[in-house]
Amino acid sequence: MSIDRMPPVPRFEHGSRVPGWDDAVDLTKDPAVVPDPATTPVPAQLRAEIEAAMALYPDRRSAAIPALHAAQRHHRWCSPEALEQVACVMRLTPAYLTSVASFYDMFELEARPEHDDVYVCTNISCSLLGADEVLDALLEAAGGDETIHVRSFECLGACDIAPMASVNGEFVGPLTADDAARIVEDLRAGRPVLPDRQLRRRPCVDPGARGHGDGTSGPGDGGGGGG
Amino acid sequence: MSIRILFDRIDEPGLNTLAVYERRGGYQALRRALSMTPAEVLEEITRSGIRGRGGAGFRMGQKVSFLPRGEMAKYLVCNADESEPGTFKDRELMQKCPHMLIEGIAIATWAGGIERAFIYIRGEYQLQAEILQAAIEEARAAGYIGERILGSEHSFSLVLHRGAGAYICGEETGLLDSLEGKRGNPRLKPPFPAIEGLYAGPTLINNVETLATVPHIIRMGGERYASIGTETSTGTKLVSVSGDVARPGNYEIELGIPSREIIYGLAGGPPSGLPVKFWFPGGSSSPVLTGEDLDLPYDFDSLAKAGSMLGSGAIIVADQSRRVLDTMRKLVKFYAHESCGKCVPCREGTNWTHKMVQRIFDGQATPMDLDIMGSVQEQIIGNCLCVLGDAMAMPVASMIRKFRAELEADIEAARERAESEALGATRAGGAGGQPLAPQGTLAVH
Repeated sequence: MSIDRMPPVPRFEHGSRVPGWDDAVDLTKDPAVVPDPATTPVPAQLRAEIEAAMALYPDRRSAAIPALHAAQRHHRWCSPEALEQVACVMRLTPAYLTSVASFYDMFELEARPEHDDVYVCTNISCSLLGADEVLDALLEAAGGDETIHVRSFECLGACDIAPMASVNGEFVGPLTADDAARIVEDLRAGRPVLPDRQLRRRPCVDPGARGHGDGTSGPGDGGGGGG
Repeated sequence: MSIRILFDRIDEPGLNTLAVYERRGGYQALRRALSMTPAEVLEEITRSGIRGRGGAGFRMGQKVSFLPRGEMAKYLVCNADESEPGTFKDRELMQKCPHMLIEGIAIATWAGGIERAFIYIRGEYQLQAEILQAAIEEARAAGYIGERILGSEHSFSLVLHRGAGAYICGEETGLLDSLEGKRGNPRLKPPFPAIEGLYAGPTLINNVETLATVPHIIRMGGERYASIGTETSTGTKLVSVSGDVARPGNYEIELGIPSREIIYGLAGGPPSGLPVKFWFPGGSSSPVLTGEDLDLPYDFDSLAKAGSMLGSGAIIVADQSRRVLDTMRKLVKFYAHESCGKCVPCREGTNWTHKMVQRIFDGQATPMDLDIMGSVQEQIIGNCLCVLGDAMAMPVASMIRKFRAELEADIEAARERAESEALGATRAGGAGGQPLAPQGTLAVH
């Protein structure tokens, strides 16, 4: 391909290739300090959860992730207010907690209404068996509905039911694109999602696991093909 | 071949409760271990020859022996951050028999003189975390966790810690930082965690499966355990088989059986009836093997000799209908997304590789790009604090090496397609020189 036919490298106004990299910075404000308990109201239940988490570790800072989980449960996302409350109880700066929250995929840093979380695995095993089609179908089925948050996710550790999704933490699969509508319907109706295909009900496929004997009796138990 | 140690009647109803676990002889190994000295327990573990089931395959006995002796705050961290694509064995074990893991931790803490233990479970495993938490509370109430357990001198605490979605936290030092409440960035080694780990104290880190095997080693005796498997890969291993197989799932195998027996015998082979084209023997981080390698014995050394690794025991199978390039794109995107960004070769290498793979799809690559990609992989390997970059570089390099002709054909096909599309667009009056790829496709997430 000759040089004059190469597409131009996209550039943006401020010289960066990726817009939004500095969205988090407000240069007109002073850096936030550890919030003052007197002026930072924290819901009693959230405070209790964070304090209980801090008590579990030799160093209270270890409770950062459990505390952020708790804050996200209370506020639906890690809002500036939520981070401020965690910072206040843990005696850390909001900036520190932002740095932690932004590292982990499960913490939401964008405003969300009350919503259901649908993580669709699009990693190797799931995508071999059609995960991309399932994701597209789910995005379309939930299209425009802010209360259903569909996103692709890295391997969720359930390739035995590939392609699969985690719906509010419940692993379901194997899925086809045709299941998308039913998942969205089940969520809207507040029903358990695809109860017949929840991972928690799946038996172990290993034929030897059904066997007898304590496993130390050596060769001879169970075995065979079957599936 | 059909020995089942960890998976023995794993689906027995109620096995996740203390009552059923005890009825089956649970916590007897702990009683036995507590009647022995820590040195004797360690001796049994060493004699068993068990190698870490998490990926690196390091001997557990040796790891415990690296811990300094004497009175000091030492820690045990159970790595339950099972995030390696294709791996889901610990999930089934924790969900169905959580007390086996707790008993293993109780014994390992006794052997290592450790008083504080943590289980770091990935945040996505919600059900498993709930089951494990309930089991910990049951075990604590029954006196298996706490002060002077079962009237012995051994005291230890156990805390379940949920992560929040980051592959890098499965790397032992990244996990330690995450457990300390930081971003999960790996640390420089040495010092190794056994000397300076969690809260700068000596720390023993082991995978769920490794620790869950410990009660069985004590029950059977190290020597008896070592008689299973091969000389250097002792015991049984849980393997997670997925992808193009008829019966995907977890199987417990004796180490050293032919890989074919796992992929075809147990998992049923590709349902399409097509031959196996390539397979990952130990998670997505292991270099791919081909259909010709199916007779390799499935153990640590045989797979290493074949240029790959046993890793976490996750076998992903792809049949002849699959294009290597599609899997490569998924693989590379994953590592680019999960690179923590601390080391430049990994941060840049994974992202550049992702862009180069994307270029192939956009029809802008030439066969020379494969050489450039290959050289990028070489510059990642061994040049970072942890092996996340290597974990992308090794399989990608193996794909380029083994499937170069196919990749070159795909490059050419994509280029021709893009050219004819561009020509069509110009003829139709579209703007010439329009980028073939939409702008957003370069960015990872």
